[in-house]
Parts: sequence; C-alpha cells; structure tokens
Amino acid sequence: MKLSAIIREMGFEVVAGKDYPDRTITHGYVSDLLSDVIANARVNDLWITLQGHPNIVAVASMKELGGIILANNRKPEVQTIQKAEEEGIPILLSALSAFEVVGRLWDLGISGSTKNAEKI
Amino acid sequence: MNNAGIGKIQELIYDLSVGDVMKKDVISISPDISMYKLKEVLRKNRISGVPVVKNGCSVGIISIEDLINWLTKKSAGSSVKDWMTKNVVTVYEDEKLIQAISLFDQKGYGRLPVVERKEKKVVGIVTKGVIIESLLREIEIDYHEEEIRRYRMSHFFEDVTADSVTIGLIYQVKGGDVMNGGTVAGNIKKTLKRLDIKPDIYRRVAIAIYEAEMNLIFYTDGGEVSVYIKPESICVNVRDHGPGIPDVKDALRLGFSTAPNWVRELGFGAGIGLNNIQRCSDKMIINSTVGRGTILDITVNMDTL
Repeated sequence: MKLSAIIREMGFEVVAGKDYPDRTITHGYVSDLLSDVIANARVNDLWITLQGHPNIVAVASMKELGGIILANNRKPEVQTIQKAEEEGIPILLSALSAFEVVGRLWDLGISGSTKNAEKI
Repeated sequence: MNNAGIGKIQELIYDLSVGDVMKKDVISISPDISMYKLKEVLRKNRISGVPVVKNGCSVGIISIEDLINWLTKKSAGSSVKDWMTKNVVTVYEDEKLIQAISLFDQKGYGRLPVVERKEKKVVGIVTKGVIIESLLREIEIDYHEEEIRRYRMSHFFEDVTADSVTIGLIYQVKGGDVMNGGTVAGNIKKTLKRLDIKPDIYRRVAIAIYEAEMNLIFYTDGGEVSVYIKPESICVNVRDHGPGIPDVKDALRLGFSTAPNWVRELGFGAGIGLNNIQRCSDKMIINSTVGRGTILDITVNMDTL
C-alpha cells in the first residue's frame, strides 16, 4: 500500500518527509529498543515507536526503513524533524496507542516482518 | 525498467516543478478569432489543442475535438469563444510535476495551461508528451553524472598502481554527543555506496559501526573509528581510552547491559548492540582492559555468499 494512502486512511499527522516520493509499504515493526529495531526490522518497514529523539532517524536511515510512526501522542524533538527532512525519512504522528496503530495497519494489509526471513 | 529506474522517476516527479518542464513558447489564440482561423493554427503548428488567452490570462482551452463538433453541428456562433471549454483547469508554474500528472490521470485532460501565481498570466503549457520528454532528459543527465562518479570511485582500486591498495577513512566520535549519534555511520555508508560496494555489504558495515559509535557515545569519553577498504574486505577498528569492559564474555551475552537509566530511556542499552555487531561481521575481536580502553576489530568480507 502506498504510504500516502496509509496516511489518509489512518489520519496520521505528517511532520517530516512530506516532499519525498511516495513509497509502497507492506510490512511494519514495533519496538522502543533501537538495537532491537536494528536487529529485526527490514528495509522499507514502517516503524512504530514511542521514542522521539534524533537517533530514531539515524536508525531508520541505517536500516532504510519506510517511515516512523510515533504513537500515543508522542511528539518528536525539533532536531529529530530536521534530521528526518535531511535524510528523507517520513515521521508520522498518531494519538492512538501503539497497539491500536498496529491493529489498524494490519486491517489495511500491512503485516509483520517475517523474522529472520532476511539476514538484515 | 528496473526498480531503481522507477524510483528515480518517482523522485523526479516530486522534485521537478511544472515550470521546469513546461513548453515555454506557447502558441495561444484569442477568444474572438474564428473557428476557420483556429483550424489553420492547429494545422500549421501540428498541434491538437491550444489555450485561449485574453490579456495574457487563460480564459479557455480548445482542441481538435471542439473543432470537429463545430464542423459537424455548425450551430451557434463561429468564433472560438463559442466552442472552447471555459472553466479550464490550470496549474501554477511552481507546483510539482506530480500535480499535473495526477490531473492528467484523474480528469483525462490532454493539456494544461501553466500560469504564474501573481497575475495568473499564461507562461507555458504541459502535455503528457512534454512531461515524458523532460523526464527522459533528466534521467539521462542524472544517469551520466552518477555513472561518472561511480566510475571515478569504483575504479579506484584498478587505477592505482600498487601491489595492494587500501582506502583508509578515519572518524572521531565525541563521548556523550547523543544528538549526533549515527553521523559517522551515516557518512561511512554514503562513502561505501559511492565506492560501489554492494548493498548487503555496506548495510552490514554501517549497522556494525552505528552500534559501535553509540557505545563510544554512551560509555566512553569518545574514540576513533577507522575503516580500511580493500578489494577483498572491509576492516573496521574502533578504539577508546576507557573505561574498558571487565568481562567481554558477559558483555556479549544477549540482554547483558550495564547501561544507566537515562540511556535505557532513550531505547538503548538493551544488551543487543554487540550481538548486532557480531551478526553483521564475518569476524569480530574485542580487546578490552579496564582503565585502559577497548579496541574492537570487525571484518566484513566483500564476497559472503
């Protein structure tokens, strides 16, 4: 599913990466532990987290993730948004809890990464 | 076309503005000229439609289809204003190309007059043909630039005369600089990409370095990351001056962590970092002395099939 369509369906607020090309998203990953994301998320995943500090952009960029969703009304730090714009990583905000976000994304056809399907 | 090519086009249509690609010397006609005259304009210029402009502003658009309607029906008047489409959709020259493309797509328009924002004067026209032409041109330019850069960098090893060639890159990491965490790993990744290193290799190197870089930031006063790129492997050396790891075996156990609370609150210090480095590397050696510092050596082979 196109990220733009996901944003529309889910009513996410887009705070970074607005002007970057639309991408197709098929999978996602949830974690607040950055090394866990590094170990288990896959290229192009949507990452749902509560962390809002600039390092989430470094992780997303390193893993070439499709975007970051901050759940539960969390707001990213200003530097996070700046970095995300530089790196072209979309950051989306939601008032829903991480559980709710994942549940609704699953309904839209976004499923989990099959663990260990790919080494990195 | 491969995926990279499609991605590039997507990037371009969000990147380029309508003004970048539009045809500028636009042929337009006045609403008061006759349909006979229109027929001549279309025939002479070999075009299938033309914007109708009054005092520089768009008032309509007229195409061959309207001309045919007029020829078959011959009712009402015989000037362009009687047959043109009046509520014509225009695009601004500073709008992104994607805007024009989605209008073509959704409404089935053949052409869109381009107007500037201030006085709404017609400054150009875009058609599907004009867009395709400009995209092909852009891709070609981009392709050449990337080719040249890739060539320059990727042939480095072949072009240098020596028995063996190693490219060395050295980076400093400041202790405690959480805000800039990942900068070194990001820069190394960029450089490896330019050197035409394969994606699975540069990703593994970058991830291993990211984890090591964060360790320097959280647990030391800073340190140095050295990357040695050889034709057969990439070797990374990360060194700091303390505090050192009391028991490396403990540190390598998944979930083992000495991280203080503030580090854990940031989502780090879960005891996965060193395991991630190990997973990404073909060889990993940690030498650590408490009070002296830690030296981490990582090797990623170029061909790991």
